[in-house]
Amino acid sequence: MTAYLVSMLTEAGIYALLALSLNIQWGYTGLQNFGLVGFLAIGAYAYTLPVALLGWPPIAGILCAVVLGAAVAYPMGLASIRLRVGFYLAIVTLGLGEVVRSVIVNEQWLTQGTRGIAVPMMLPELSARANQYFMLVLVLCLIALVFFLFERLGKSPFGRTIEAIRDNEDAARSLGKSVAGFKIRVFMIGAALAAGAGALDAVYVGYLVPDQFLPIITFYIWMAVIIGGSGSNRGVVTGSLILVFFLEGSRFLKDLLPMGYAPSDAQMASLRLMAIGLALTLVPIYWPRGLWGRKEF
Amino acid sequence: MAAAISTPTYNPLSALYADGIDKSFGGSKVLDGAWIDVPEKKIVGLIGPNGAGKSTFLTVLSKFAEPDAGRIISRVEDVTHLSPEALARAGVVRTFQVPREFSELSVLDNMIIAAKDQIGESAWKAIVFPKRVAAQNRAITGRARELLDFLGLSAVSANAAKNLSGGQKKLLELGRALMTDPFLLLLDEPFAGVAPGLVDVLIEKLRQLNERGIGLLIVEHNMEAINALCGHVYVMMRGAILTDGSPKHVGSDPRVLEAYLGGAA
Repeated sequence: MTAYLVSMLTEAGIYALLALSLNIQWGYTGLQNFGLVGFLAIGAYAYTLPVALLGWPPIAGILCAVVLGAAVAYPMGLASIRLRVGFYLAIVTLGLGEVVRSVIVNEQWLTQGTRGIAVPMMLPELSARANQYFMLVLVLCLIALVFFLFERLGKSPFGRTIEAIRDNEDAARSLGKSVAGFKIRVFMIGAALAAGAGALDAVYVGYLVPDQFLPIITFYIWMAVIIGGSGSNRGVVTGSLILVFFLEGSRFLKDLLPMGYAPSDAQMASLRLMAIGLALTLVPIYWPRGLWGRKEF
Repeated sequence: MAAAISTPTYNPLSALYADGIDKSFGGSKVLDGAWIDVPEKKIVGLIGPNGAGKSTFLTVLSKFAEPDAGRIISRVEDVTHLSPEALARAGVVRTFQVPREFSELSVLDNMIIAAKDQIGESAWKAIVFPKRVAAQNRAITGRARELLDFLGLSAVSANAAKNLSGGQKKLLELGRALMTDPFLLLLDEPFAGVAPGLVDVLIEKLRQLNERGIGLLIVEHNMEAINALCGHVYVMMRGAILTDGSPKHVGSDPRVLEAYLGGAA
């Protein structure tokens, strides 16, 4: 049971990092990133390939993931953000998620495709159990670090300016703010963080296959942000906890139902999708600030 | 004697000078050789019937739209192809006809954001040099409070900007523009939507700003305000400058009367 709890907390922590990433993009700046899972996948493979195949130390793998995430975000941001219509970025990022997964499936010489690739433990000389605890501590430390940095950033002139851009882009331009420059930076910061979370996710899961990176992951994170409250860092971290409780809890639901009424696993997966769709529709309408949101959705 | 048609005299030293400005949207030509000359530290009005192209001209002059032809010069620099944010940083700042406050932020934060050259606008420096950022922030906050005081908005400085009245939003927008230290303000109908009782207050504020050395270009329908403020007025008609001169001079020009009456018919 402890092992299960540790595992769930680690998973929630990784979602929290992703939610913090989406929060600085969407909550603070109003950037619509529908391709978070793409950056997650980029990070996972950018970590795993050099670490598993070339024997890089884990820390170098994490750096590799972070840098590659930002490097991929830069040209995407340049191309779509300068068009100044939010939906372009939404379309491009949605496409990225699919493209990345397609590349992973097809470029087998690099990624081993659907056969997958094993991710080594971070501390191979220690037991699996010790590694599990280590991962939890690492994830929690990183959340604390990112939380601290984002809070400081949020209260700084940088944070004020990106919130102003979210509220009214033309007004920010009229005051001499380089709106595109700010947005591209925020997009890159968020992408770097999402890719970093991808590196941790790879180690946490222990084995990478492209099917781990389906678009639904992106919408899980949107749900965490919307329920927790856009623009609030503590809100989206809480939202991630709620999300994992919901995802894992639905697994136990069938034990509570009388025999014969319990849905099959496939039905359960569909019900989960419906519930998420419902939440993404109803929360913004009836509860636009979520738990701790600083702006209405 | 029929009044001569106004023609521009190239004046690169002006705060803002433009000539030969064309702008079309689809098939319709909204600006057709428009020109204007706003000397340093002067208040200039831009009037004309509805649909004459005044707001479009202001949009082009502030570089929120690219002109199809013509040139825009500010203090000798050719700014025709500058981005609106670069022009604003250079000191030519516009306001909007419908106020565009940063709705979720407080009135004070709306003001503070506008200050130029903030160290903490760099994400990196905001994290690494919090003390320097905080020191600069205190200075900026002080200046913002002074300006809010000047504009009579001190009492609402902590309110969310979206909760202000229409007139207060106009004042906030003016204050925000002032925070950027402009030498020229381009005001798009600053009196529209302002309660009648506040018009005189706003006129007085604008006059005081001008006394501090800030030039103003005012697009406006309120002739009372134009007469009270502007030494020089441009009259726009079908995307071109029909005539220019003192408010009194253009007011007695029969073509101006005709333009207004014809426009209304």
